[in-house]
This record gives sequence, C-alpha cells and structure tokens, in this order.
Amino acid sequence: MSTMEGQSASKYAEPNYLSATRGLKSWLLTLDHKRIGLLYLISTTVAFVIGGIFALLIRLELLQPGGQFMTSDQYNQVFTLHGAVMIFLFIIPATPAILGNFFLPMQIGAKDVAFPRLNLASWYVYMFGALFALYSMHTGAADTGWTFYTPYSTETTTSVISMTLGVLILGFSSIFTGLNFIVTVHKLRAPGMTWFKTPLFVWAIYATAIIQVLATPVLAITLVLLMLERAFGIGIFDPKMGGDPVLFQHFFWFYSHPAVYIMILPAMGIISEVIPVFAHRRIFGYKAIAYSSLAIAFISFLVWGHHMFVSGQSELAAAMFSLLTFLVAIPSGIKVFNWTATMYKGSLTFEPPMLYALSFLFLFAIGGLTGVFLGVLAVDVHVHDTYFVVAHFHYVMVGGSVMGFLAGLHYWWPKMFGRMYSLFWATVALVVIFIGFNLTFFPQFILGVRGMPRRYFDYLPKYEDLNVLSSLGGFLLLIGFGMVIVYLVLSLARGRAAGANPWGAATLEWSVGSPPPPNNFEQTPEVRHGPYDFDVVKPKRTYP
Amino acid sequence: MDTTGNLILPPSGSTYAPQVDALLTFLTYMSLFFIVVIFGAIIYFVIRYRRRGAEPEYHRAPAHNTALEIVWTIIPLILVLFLFVWGFRVYMRMNVVPKDALEIQVTAQKWFWSFTYPDGATSVNELVVPVGRPIKLLLSSRDVIHSFYVPDFRIKRDTLPNRYGITWFEATQVGEHDLFCAEYCGSKHSAMIGKVRVVSDREYREWLETSATAGEGLPPEEFGERLYTSRGCINCHSLDGTPGNGPSMLGVFGSRVQLTDGTSVIADENYVRESILEPQAKIVAGYQPIMPTYQTILRDEEVNALIAYLKTLSEQTTTGE
Repeated sequence: MSTMEGQSASKYAEPNYLSATRGLKSWLLTLDHKRIGLLYLISTTVAFVIGGIFALLIRLELLQPGGQFMTSDQYNQVFTLHGAVMIFLFIIPATPAILGNFFLPMQIGAKDVAFPRLNLASWYVYMFGALFALYSMHTGAADTGWTFYTPYSTETTTSVISMTLGVLILGFSSIFTGLNFIVTVHKLRAPGMTWFKTPLFVWAIYATAIIQVLATPVLAITLVLLMLERAFGIGIFDPKMGGDPVLFQHFFWFYSHPAVYIMILPAMGIISEVIPVFAHRRIFGYKAIAYSSLAIAFISFLVWGHHMFVSGQSELAAAMFSLLTFLVAIPSGIKVFNWTATMYKGSLTFEPPMLYALSFLFLFAIGGLTGVFLGVLAVDVHVHDTYFVVAHFHYVMVGGSVMGFLAGLHYWWPKMFGRMYSLFWATVALVVIFIGFNLTFFPQFILGVRGMPRRYFDYLPKYEDLNVLSSLGGFLLLIGFGMVIVYLVLSLARGRAAGANPWGAATLEWSVGSPPPPNNFEQTPEVRHGPYDFDVVKPKRTYP
Repeated sequence: MDTTGNLILPPSGSTYAPQVDALLTFLTYMSLFFIVVIFGAIIYFVIRYRRRGAEPEYHRAPAHNTALEIVWTIIPLILVLFLFVWGFRVYMRMNVVPKDALEIQVTAQKWFWSFTYPDGATSVNELVVPVGRPIKLLLSSRDVIHSFYVPDFRIKRDTLPNRYGITWFEATQVGEHDLFCAEYCGSKHSAMIGKVRVVSDREYREWLETSATAGEGLPPEEFGERLYTSRGCINCHSLDGTPGNGPSMLGVFGSRVQLTDGTSVIADENYVRESILEPQAKIVAGYQPIMPTYQTILRDEEVNALIAYLKTLSEQTTTGE
C-alpha cells in the first residue's frame, strides 16, 4: 500500500484502462471489470432516465383530481413501467453491477473478477432482458403493477409475457453477477487481506450476492409459472383453473422482499466507506457492521409474509412474520448507530460524497422507522396499500439506495475517470435533490395515513393539496437529477485531474493512479493494515 | 372523533380505531424521539468535530465500545418486542368477530361493491349499517383481488376469488365514510369507491324495508335511471356517446349492434336482458369480454326498469335528430 507515493500524485494517470485499447469493439468485447462497470453505468443511467420520465408523468397526472392528459389505462401502464424499470433495470443492478464491478476487485487487490467472461455475459443478458421489458411498451405495456399479482396478471390483455420474460432474463444477469462476486471474494483476496481486513463495501456486496444467488431463482420459477398459466392455461394461480392467487403472492415476495435488501445493502456498504474517509478516522464497530450485513441477508428471507397481513393468511402466520420483521430492523438500526458514532472525535470534511452520506442517514432513518410502523400488525391493516407504503419505500429506495449510490458515484468518480466534477454544482444539486425528495414523498406519508390508496389514477378532492405538494417536489427532483447528469458529463472533458487519492482514503483502489491501469495493480499488493487505519497510514490528499 | 390530538389522522369511526390511533401516535413520537437523538448527535458531531486546520488530522478514535453496542442493540430490541405484542393484541381484536355480529356479505367485482344483507336485501356501492352494532363482513370477489378499505374505520381486507375473507367493525356514530378498493384491480380501480352509511337502528330497519320494495310507486324509467347509477352501470357505459370500458348506452336500444364474431343483432329487450345477466354471450365488436354478470345482483323488476330506462335514451336521440 505504499505504492501511493510512487505515482505522480495529482496527474491524469497513463496508461489507464480507458486509453489502453481503443475502438467500439474493445468496449463491446472487453473482459475488464472496470469497463464492464462503465457499460452498466451507461445502460442503467438510460434506464433511470426512462423510469424518471414515467415518474414525472405520474406526478403530472396526479397534479389535480380527475383525468388530466391520459386515460386510466395509460396511467396504469405508466406506473407499472415506472416501478418495473426503476427496480429491475436500475436499482437492482446499479450499485453492484457498476460500483461493485469496478471496485470490488480493486478493493480486495485483485486484477479482475473470478470469471471475466461471465461478467461480460451478464451485461449482454441484462441488455437482452431490458430490450424485452421495454419492447412490451410497443405491444401494449403491462398494466399489472411491478408486482404482477394474479389473477389480474393472468387475465389482463396487455403484454404481461413480454415484461415478465424481460424480468426473468434480467434475473439471470443478476445471478451471474452475484455468483461472480461470491467466488471473487472467496478466492481472489490479496495476501494479507483477512476477512476482517476486507472493506465493508465488499462485505455488503458479498451479502447482496448471496441474496441474488439464492432468491432470484424463486422469482424466475414464479414468472415461468405465470407465463405457463397465461400462455397455456395451466392453472397454478388462477382460481378459475384451480389455482390459488395467494400462492403467487407468497412466491413473489419470497424473492421480492430479499430483493429490497439487494437494493439497500450495497448502498449501506458505500456509506460504510464514505463516512470514515470524510471523518478521517477508523470506522466505529467494524465487526458489528459486517455481521449485520450478513444478518440482514439471512433474516430477509423470513419476512415475506409482512406484505400479506390483510390477504387472509392465518393470524399465527401474520404474528410470526411481524415478529421476524421487527428482528430485521435491529441490524439496520445498529448500522445507523455505528455510522453516527464514526463521526465522534473525527476531523470531518463535507465534500459531496459526505453530504450524500449524511442525506442517506437522514432519509434512510425515516424510511427505516416508518418500516417499523408497517411491521406493527394493527397499523399495517390501516396503511397497507396506501400512499404510506409508497412513501416508505421511496424513502428507503430513493432516500436510501439512490442516495447511497450517488454517494458512491461521487466518491469514486474521480477514480473512475481521473477527473473531478464541480464540487460547487454537486453541492447545489444535492440540496435541490434533498429538498425535492422530501417535498415529493413526505406528504405521501400523510396521504397514506389519511387513507389514500396507492395506484389511484384519480383521487377525492380532500387529497388534492398534498398531491400538489408532492408533484412540485417531483419537478425539483427532475432539476436536481438533471444537474447531476450535466456536471458529471462535463467533468469528463473539463474536470481537473484528481490524482490517485483525492479524498485521502486508505483502501487499495486509491493506491493506484486515476484512472486505474488496465490490470489494476502492477504487482499483487500485500495488505498490512485495515481498510480504515487512517491514523496508521496517514494518507495524503491529492486534490485539490 | 380525533381523540388523540393527532392532526394527521382521519376521523375515527369504529370501536377499534382509537386503539390503532394510539399505536400510530406512539410510533410517531417514538420515531421523532429517535430522529432527534440520532440527528442531535450527528449535528453535534458535525459542528464539534469539523476539520479545523487546512489538513485533516488523523486522531486515534475508539474503534468500538462493547457496552455501548450492547445497549443500542438491546434497547431497540425491547422496544420492538413491546411494539410487536401491542400491535398483535390490537390486530387480534380486529380479527376476532364478536358472536352477536350482524353478518353482511360483501362482493367485489370490476369495478363496484355489492352488499347482501341478512334478509336478502342488496345494495351497490353503499353499505348501510346500524350504529353501535358489530358487523361481520364475509368478503369475496367475482374476478380479481380487490381490497375492502374504510380509512375512518382503520379496516382493510382483501377480497379473493377463491375463498372468503372475514373481518368486522362496529361503527361508533351516525355518519358517512369513504369506502375504497385498496388492491389494484385494473382500469377503474380508482373509481371503485363507495360509501359506508352508518344510521340509527330504526333507520336501518326502515332502509331494509324500503330497499326490499324499492322502485314501487316509481315509473320504471325513473327507477331504471336510479339503478343505472347506483348499480354501477355508469362506471363503464357512458350516457353521452363516449366509449368507456364498455360501449356507451346512448341510442343503443333498438339499433343494430355489431358483434366480435362478425354477426350483428338488434338490441331489443331480450338482447339487453341477456347482456346484463349473461354478459359473455354476445360481445360488442371493439370491446373486451370483461363485464361481470348481474345474475344475483339485480332482481327481475330491476332488469325491467333498466330496459325501460335504456329505451328513453334511444327516444332522446331520435327526437334530437
């Protein structure tokens, strides 16, 4: 790890993985985990923009009661596409497949992932699945909601098969990525990197990968059964053919609840990296954070029934699921306490990654606490399937996962491209996003408690004021996210060279030049200290 | 009504609503407490430990503290176990139906609610119940999953096509409450809303009697016009010629109707009757076979009244021309 001083500290490093080979073919057939990460960055950003446009259409439509500019059927397709695109095409792949791909091998001192070809294949499978899912827009997009509940999804005339086939294929991409990471973490850690010297981002991605590999096949089986039912009339879920619609819900949530942790665990990993770096001190409770990732991964498989408290499952089942749901809240709480304690006696600086991490803490805390509301059986009966749930999962998924992802993207951007974005505009955009986010989603908690059901094309006049606020927030979010895309793209051309270690971090990826060389490390690094031993390493910042 | 002093909650109209509200209020204050504690600490640290000099200093700071970590694991654990027990007890109260409850059948279908009372009376999109008496609901669906939701009662239960859902409530005062469908069910999901009308015991008995003899003394066209709205026809079949989920009924009666199988029929009394009671028999070209049957929902006189009303819609157009 002392290679840091050897590099010309604050220059744009050559040769690097971006300039080593040229031409479209060198990108489309690359086996470099870093380039594959960038391929994912481009494709998931496109998905985020598409999903965002659907979100805006939803907020425009709900600006006033009554139909504005679409029919109820179009609205139902739009909210389905918003959910499906954001979840399956953006949030699930984003952090693992972009930042995990890029930095997991680097953080453990490896040249690449264990199976580079499988890694490239996962991107092609992703693209193939994405095309199927989006093709359904052309043939009459599914109007089932991203949850595809039967028997509605068996009966509707829209392209459910195209969408579910897309999601099925995307699932394989997710499994490939997860499998690759599990093997990589087990087999390719650099000499001296024991489990407890492994960065917490790696722990989080590892826990995520376990869920991806174990849970995603259940989704695949469920969707195959659904397609068989639709295409060939084989009764599995539709009572008209002797099936049981609640069975579908059990199957679906057996995947989709753990999937929520596929979305949030990687973000938690990023926060565990960012906070100690900008507090300039070792992380508080390393082992507690590492184990809590595994605990979350394990318990997340046992809580699916909390989506079905009003569906008529037995009271005993409801009680068990409620209890287990509370237990999964504990490791998340522990993480928040540890991150907070990491700031104690630090030397805090507030560059954009840290500001994103602080926003994450605030929004995720609200998301987590409102999750406790939903775990309480009697309260869930009232707020289930209302805007309270919509607000809760946006606080977790956007306030948590997306803010975490953006913290990571801003943290590692100078490493990925060797150039720094405008810190000023990044801070402005963050403030706009933070205000816009809360304006959009906080009113939805109140709407939900007051009884407004979700997936409503139209609503009673008494819900109008809060919906107007929520829509206004949506436009602020558009501005904020738009700014992020603009200054990040501009930084590629105009940004100042960031140097090898702009933030003064101590993990291995910062020990090589920015952008990193094609094979990451000239020699296999030897690890002698922990990832957060700043007081031992005393890293020097190479920026500004 | 608002017994908890919480400005956010909707009015509470059932016996167990205040119990749910107490939980909600407790949760709200508990969340506020944690937000204040955590963010109090964060803000304090941000100010107290911000970087002072040009270069950050690397202090040796504690890497962990076992006692503290045990405390912040055990306290939330005790708290959530307490919440679990509390929430479970109220949930059981919401689920165990009192023995003397009045049983009403709730049938959900795309996209309206129908209610069948113990003496056979029915109503659509309006549930009429006596105040101060436990009401047991036996819920089912004729097509996809819907969910019976009355926010003021804090009650919600899915209606399934293949099994009954059972729940209950007891309204505490006379008044009207919104009824929503809370489980997404397609095109008119957000229009699948109705009312729960809580009335005095005397009014309830009077209402049952009049509903059994509804339409008596009214001209059939006028009765039909009322039924057209109250039984939900209007949700899909407009009166002004705009096509909805089904064809508009303006000028349909007596006209020639094109069917999906290529044939056509004259919309006479028997065709309309068949279309109401056996809607899948003949499908109008350009529409999906999605209409539910009204076999057990409409009585014979009501079908007659609807036909009489449809006739008036055709007369208007001919006179208009």
